[in-house]
Amino acid sequence: MENSLSTRRNQFSVFKQPGFTIIALACFIVLYMPIVVLVVYSFNSGTSPAKWDGFSLQWYAAAWNNSAVKTATLISIIVACQASLYATILATMAAMGTTRTRPYRGQNVIYALVNQPLMVPEIVTAVALLICFAVIKELTDYRGLAYLVLSHTAFCIPFAYLPIRARLEGMDRTLELAAADLYANSWQSFRRVTLPQLWPGILAGAMLAFVISLDDVVITEFVKAPGQDTLPTYMLGQLRRAITPEINAISTALLLISAILALFVFLLGRKHGN
Amino acid sequence: MADNSQRNDSVFEAAAHRARVRRNWLLSTPALIILVLAASGPLLVMLAYSFLQAGDYGGVEYRFSTEGWFQVFLARDIFDDTVSVADAHLSIFWRSARLSFLTTVTALALGFPTAYFIATRPRSSRNLWLFLVTVPFWTNLLIRTFAIMEVIKNQGIVNTLLMSAGVISEPIQMLYTDFAIMLGMTYVYLPLMILPVYASMEKLDFRLVEAGYDLYATRIKVLWRVIIPLVKPGIVAGCILVFIPSLGAYVTPRVLGGGRNLMIGNLIELQFGQGSNWPLGAALSIFLLLVVMVALLLYVRNSQKANNIVRH
Repeated sequence: MENSLSTRRNQFSVFKQPGFTIIALACFIVLYMPIVVLVVYSFNSGTSPAKWDGFSLQWYAAAWNNSAVKTATLISIIVACQASLYATILATMAAMGTTRTRPYRGQNVIYALVNQPLMVPEIVTAVALLICFAVIKELTDYRGLAYLVLSHTAFCIPFAYLPIRARLEGMDRTLELAAADLYANSWQSFRRVTLPQLWPGILAGAMLAFVISLDDVVITEFVKAPGQDTLPTYMLGQLRRAITPEINAISTALLLISAILALFVFLLGRKHGN
Repeated sequence: MADNSQRNDSVFEAAAHRARVRRNWLLSTPALIILVLAASGPLLVMLAYSFLQAGDYGGVEYRFSTEGWFQVFLARDIFDDTVSVADAHLSIFWRSARLSFLTTVTALALGFPTAYFIATRPRSSRNLWLFLVTVPFWTNLLIRTFAIMEVIKNQGIVNTLLMSAGVISEPIQMLYTDFAIMLGMTYVYLPLMILPVYASMEKLDFRLVEAGYDLYATRIKVLWRVIIPLVKPGIVAGCILVFIPSLGAYVTPRVLGGGRNLMIGNLIELQFGQGSNWPLGAALSIFLLLVVMVALLLYVRNSQKANNIVRH
């Protein structure tokens, strides 16, 4: 079929639709142009966003030396590491409990609960958490980072769950059955057979969870106590003042992290044919 | 004898199934606890809060009141207690609905040809194009909103280019308008349109397209009568996936709307900040949630119908 199409393509392509290619290419330019502008101006030596005053790393230096940025970076990393770790462990367990099994009563309830953070608008969850944590704060007087970690863990679970579940469903069962035949107990067969096969899915899930936590603005903005700014909420707060290219520099650094992780997951998926 | 062993088998099997189900629940429970604590549970608490009385300086008084829900749509005059429609709220709902709709339509107009373009590339390069679509999706929504701001602000690249080309003499005020919000939302949610449309498009059998041309259909006719009907599930999925986050958008209207052009998300925030009216904020949130749930229900119906068509 491919062949007959490609010979015909010379005279008359069935694939062609007028204007579609132009719109598509324009689309890709539109997707990337603003990001490119942002990155380029983070290297601008002047403060004016309109004109180019020469290459400089001064805004990176300024961000690096800004103690508020340092604190926010630290909090972002602490929260994202913990939340993605917990979410990945919990999601792996939940994925093991919901795939490759005969349907059982309540399975849909588990699906609904796991996917719920994807369906509810973030602002709604954020406000609901604000209300709940206000009560808890009053009762316990605890004001630490655990609120942020808990809420980030919750909304990271579905993002970690999806790739892990996809991987589990595509996995060959025969190796595990062979392990069972060879008298491996369920922990041994999980540790030695399932886990090594599942690893790419777990890694993809963990990285997705990490990026989602690192990028979160809305829920963090409503849950954080004073002094618990993460990088995104710090940046949002700076918006009330004049924006300096310092924000562009921080954004570029964050973009780089996200792009590297995205590339990693892409390669991971390709290598394992997922 | 044979009968007996068969019965034993089924008894064993039922016991094994029960054990597996117990194991499945044990494995899922820790995740469910966290989700109930920090995702589902708080929604119920918020529902309860929407029926309480507002405290004087934020928070609530623990007394039953329907005032929060009342104020979602209606306003009571401070002086003579006359009840009227809450114009301010309705105009914000209207803006949210209008901008979300426009965003969805624009994203479809851009995303459909893009998905088509990717689906018609050689198999080997499709993944790369798809990757290019997903990268912005991985990057911070706030940063992408900042990026749009850089482009459209008065000293931004668009105005600068237009002015140096002599098309305009004064910069066009694009930032802090409804248009800016719509543009920003289209930009940040565009991948959510492209990906599901592409997923349908990839399964499209181009022999049907060829058959259309063999029967002397024009390109437009093939598009309308063959391609679009076949990828409709993807189109509906994409529209829902763009419409829902647009309706609940908070960051984009806050950054690009400049605090004047509010959407529902910002109205909700206001009740927990300056407005100090938590029950109203809770009621508005539940209201938004209900609208989103209706949209999702339509989506589920649509995908079930699509599945049925495939099965028949």
